[in-house]
Amino acid sequence: MHDDHETDHHDHHGHAHGHFHDHDNRYTDMQARVRALETVLVEKGLIDPKAVDAIVETYETKIGPKNGARVVAKAWSDPVFADWLQADATAAIASLGYTGRQGEHMRAVFNTPGTHNLIVCTLCSCYPWAVLGLPPTWYKAPAYRSRAVIDPRGVLAEFGLALPKETKIRVWDSTAELRYLVIPERPDGTDGLDEQALAALVSRDAMIGTAIAGVPS
Amino acid sequence: MNGPHDLGGQMGFGPVAPQSHEPYFHADWERRALGLTLSCGAFGAWTIDESRHARENIPPACYLSASYYEIWTRALEVLLERHGFATSAEIASGTKQIEPAVPKRILKAEMVAGVLSKGGPCDRPLETRPVFAAGDRVRTKNFNPETHTRLPRYARAKTGVVEAVQGAFVFPDDNAHGKGENPQWVYTVVFDAAEIWGEGADPTLTVSIDAWESYLERF
Repeated sequence: MHDDHETDHHDHHGHAHGHFHDHDNRYTDMQARVRALETVLVEKGLIDPKAVDAIVETYETKIGPKNGARVVAKAWSDPVFADWLQADATAAIASLGYTGRQGEHMRAVFNTPGTHNLIVCTLCSCYPWAVLGLPPTWYKAPAYRSRAVIDPRGVLAEFGLALPKETKIRVWDSTAELRYLVIPERPDGTDGLDEQALAALVSRDAMIGTAIAGVPS
Repeated sequence: MNGPHDLGGQMGFGPVAPQSHEPYFHADWERRALGLTLSCGAFGAWTIDESRHARENIPPACYLSASYYEIWTRALEVLLERHGFATSAEIASGTKQIEPAVPKRILKAEMVAGVLSKGGPCDRPLETRPVFAAGDRVRTKNFNPETHTRLPRYARAKTGVVEAVQGAFVFPDDNAHGKGENPQWVYTVVFDAAEIWGEGADPTLTVSIDAWESYLERF
């Protein structure tokens, strides 16, 4: 399972691990390129650098998968909320304070014992920012976007998730402005847990569909 | 357009490489690229659809080897130039040479929280009734426009079932090109994997897209 670590924003050293972000010339070029762009936009009075800071700070520290995990935990704990989430996810999620950019039109899709849901955007990188924050690199990269719709079991295996052969897989390609949140199945052995403890079992990947919920330790 | 972005079903990109404890940004310029893209979006000069189309127009070899924030940055440069905010010479040099176009608004720090929490809803009321209903069998059209569309290639000329009427939304194929919002009903359409991928398809797999009404014909 991949932890969310939405609060772990002091750890920015890990950029040598993926093939999209080696210390190559292209990455260095981009540093200069974006700096030049910001410089000229500031000089023209078009950009407030403090607004850029505020946007970055919002998505690095305030909006992340903990939002979605709270939605899932509430759906597991409160059948009335779960029904509302199924019928009108945008309103149900807004009732917890999660609204706005890339969360304007939400749909919640519920895993069942027979069906597993998986979310992708084959055309770009549509993702429910309001509940999951910014998408991880793999979600935006060609390997995932190309294969999720044709070989989801192969993709899930790369996340260490092997579903039973008979489990139906439903892949949702986010081609319009609806943003999807997977509600994983509530794990066994969680009867006595409160919403906070339940939320801790819900990873970002479980809400995309590349994982299932964790079990209590 | 049949661009490099339309990736569903393509092969050869290798395994998915999830990174545990992945940070949101892998270099400081990615932070600035995100903030600049959103700040410039606030100018009100282009729509999210035009923005997506600018990304799709990045040449395939470049698109497929770029990180996503590089794709965003390259598209932003095109949009800034197209709408008169900066010339390519200014962008390359980082130095002002001409007065820019006047944006509808400039995003200030104190506006950020409000703007982000409001977002940009794109549902629009429609007087017409939806043509299709849940349970209807439909066939997607076969077209290959050079302009923006949200009907992926793998889902063209395929037969599926309408699962839900999702509401009426801005039509990106028009809106990306300044032809107006022209809202249409949007439907979730489900396809069996065999219909899309044919022989050897995973029999347990169904795939859905969200399709604007004009993408569909009754089957």
